[in-house]
Amino acid sequence: MRSVRPAYREESEPRILGGCGLMGVCDQSGKRMSGELAVRAMASMHDRGNGLGGGFAGYGIYPELPDFFCFHLLYNDEVAKDDTEFYLKKHFKVVIEEPIPTKPVRGIENEPILWRYFLDIPEERLVETQLSAEDYVVHTVMDINTYLDGAFVASSGKNMGAFKGVGFPEEIGEFFRIDEYKGWTWTGHGRFPTNTPGWWGGAHPFALLDYSIVHNGEISSYGINRRYLEMFGYKCSLQTDTEVVTYLFDLMLRRHGLPVEIACKALASPFWKDIDLMPKEQRRLYTALRLVYGSALLNGPFAIVLGMADGMVALNDRIKLRPLVAARHGDVVYVASEESAIREICPHPEESWMPQAGEPVIARVSEKGRRKALTQAKQSAGQRRIAQIHTTAGVT
Amino acid sequence: MNAREHLNLSPDSAAVRRVPTGPARRGPSGIEPARLTAGQPGTARGEVHRQQGRVVIDARGVYYKTLNEQIREEIEQGAREIVLENVIGQRYIGTGLAYRGVTVIVNGVPGNDLAAFMNGPTLIVNDNAQDGVANTMNSGLVIINGDAGDVLGYGMRGGSVYVRGSVGYRVGIHMKAFGDSRPLIVIGGHARDFLGEYMAGGEVMVLGLGPNDDPIVGSYIGTGMHAGVMYIRGTVAPHQLGKEVRHQEPGPEDQARIREIIHDYCQVMNISEAEVLARPFVKIYPYTSRPYGRLYAY
Repeated sequence: MRSVRPAYREESEPRILGGCGLMGVCDQSGKRMSGELAVRAMASMHDRGNGLGGGFAGYGIYPELPDFFCFHLLYNDEVAKDDTEFYLKKHFKVVIEEPIPTKPVRGIENEPILWRYFLDIPEERLVETQLSAEDYVVHTVMDINTYLDGAFVASSGKNMGAFKGVGFPEEIGEFFRIDEYKGWTWTGHGRFPTNTPGWWGGAHPFALLDYSIVHNGEISSYGINRRYLEMFGYKCSLQTDTEVVTYLFDLMLRRHGLPVEIACKALASPFWKDIDLMPKEQRRLYTALRLVYGSALLNGPFAIVLGMADGMVALNDRIKLRPLVAARHGDVVYVASEESAIREICPHPEESWMPQAGEPVIARVSEKGRRKALTQAKQSAGQRRIAQIHTTAGVT
Repeated sequence: MNAREHLNLSPDSAAVRRVPTGPARRGPSGIEPARLTAGQPGTARGEVHRQQGRVVIDARGVYYKTLNEQIREEIEQGAREIVLENVIGQRYIGTGLAYRGVTVIVNGVPGNDLAAFMNGPTLIVNDNAQDGVANTMNSGLVIINGDAGDVLGYGMRGGSVYVRGSVGYRVGIHMKAFGDSRPLIVIGGHARDFLGEYMAGGEVMVLGLGPNDDPIVGSYIGTGMHAGVMYIRGTVAPHQLGKEVRHQEPGPEDQARIREIIHDYCQVMNISEAEVLARPFVKIYPYTSRPYGRLYAY
């Protein structure tokens, strides 16, 4: 029998205790920053992880092709790749398919086959399946992750991408040449796996459509959340608790249309004793929220950073069991597990604070800023090449 | 036998180190390579300037292990005042440091577990501090001229911590006193939930100074507390308190002690004593020394 999952790497011999480290940076004006910032902040928190997982998510990194779904795929072997490509070509119009650019880095070994696809959905497929484009993509991702042996979708959003693997985050960043991308939002993660294996698909961020999550902590309510999500067609197949957070945000923000502030209050809801002290209207709202979304409540310690098409949200559990610091300088909002990581990339922020338990830090990139960033993006040689393929492919 | 054993290399040997990592060249934004951040394991030593008993160490890009070794070396060689410049996230500064009459001044944001198990020195931070300051500290003085993170003074057994700004969650939990050792934490700003949880001795004071309108302390104050005392400047609502504590107006003895603490704190922080004393304090104390004595025995 073929092995089902990629090989796990042994932990380093001297076992150094740590905890995951995470960061997020978001320029609300829509100006794009080099991924180098995220790599640098994560490099300064090297000792929080143990080299068994690192990753980054960037938004605004594919300005030439902002209208196509970009799938980042991890394949164990050629068979998985062939199977998946057969599947993708059957269900999508593949605009570009190419390897994800990497370079050899000491410390990164046993990497899977890494490929990316820019995909368009044929109109007739949507008519036929009676799905929205987003739901169509969600189905695809669930299918690949669940049924195609040895193939995993790292990200599937528009004008964004998740780059992840086994290694320290700064190694992963260099491996994927993160510093050559520019984005208005970046999130980063260094992993210290506790309950689940350290493998390429299990590294953070976990992404679905435009939503990506990096997480420090553990979701003790994973079983409840997972069963809840299964009712809506989400299948958890990546062997890690963090996966449910991504799907919960997709469910609440995209499908149920909740404002992100409210979604955060469902995930890290106030205690009943605090709800009792609220004014009547507020009390009714929070009572309803806890009743409707009881199964979406995240129990256990967590600090998460959610990346979205239009911004970034950082959130702690209800009693602040994991570290999270935020800072702002001009239009740029920073969050990280340690204040020193923020100072590494922004030495003198205008303000810095420790977010309260369950109180989200929200950064929003203005629509105007994002449009401007797309039209004025300076093209690198690689981007020009992509644009060229794009025009010769005759896609409008 | 693995390669490391085969080559007979110690885990610290440069030959087996997995760094350098991160973008090796200067990237598009032109800042220095990621592998030069202080968080990356390495053996680069900080530049040292000595002037009689005063030593200045440039901590830029220096790994925490090397930095802490350098601090000890300088003290062993007679330094009485050590200034650390450009500190950024180095962990364990002052941890286990057991020299009396030594002052360590930190310019920059120090990493976690600052002054853990510290026994004697004075440690001054001229910026914010992170989590786990003064963990199980034994004696000495820590002055933080900014905010501090979560779990400050965990299991603290003696000495004092003065914070100018606010602190995070779980400050002063499991603090204990024995004999003449009576730990003291004074917080100029605000404190969050679980302040003094399971406290077994010592003193915690929160002043709530500054323009911030937040409640001075959070919820679950003194849950499971069974000895020691907390003084909060301002008011505390009953729902903020843990089940094992009561609050009352401080008596004459408490008032004297409050004035004593404020006097010392204001001198160090250079703020007006009268202004701090202008608002009344609330005393929080445990109602029994064995709150869970009957928990499992009916």
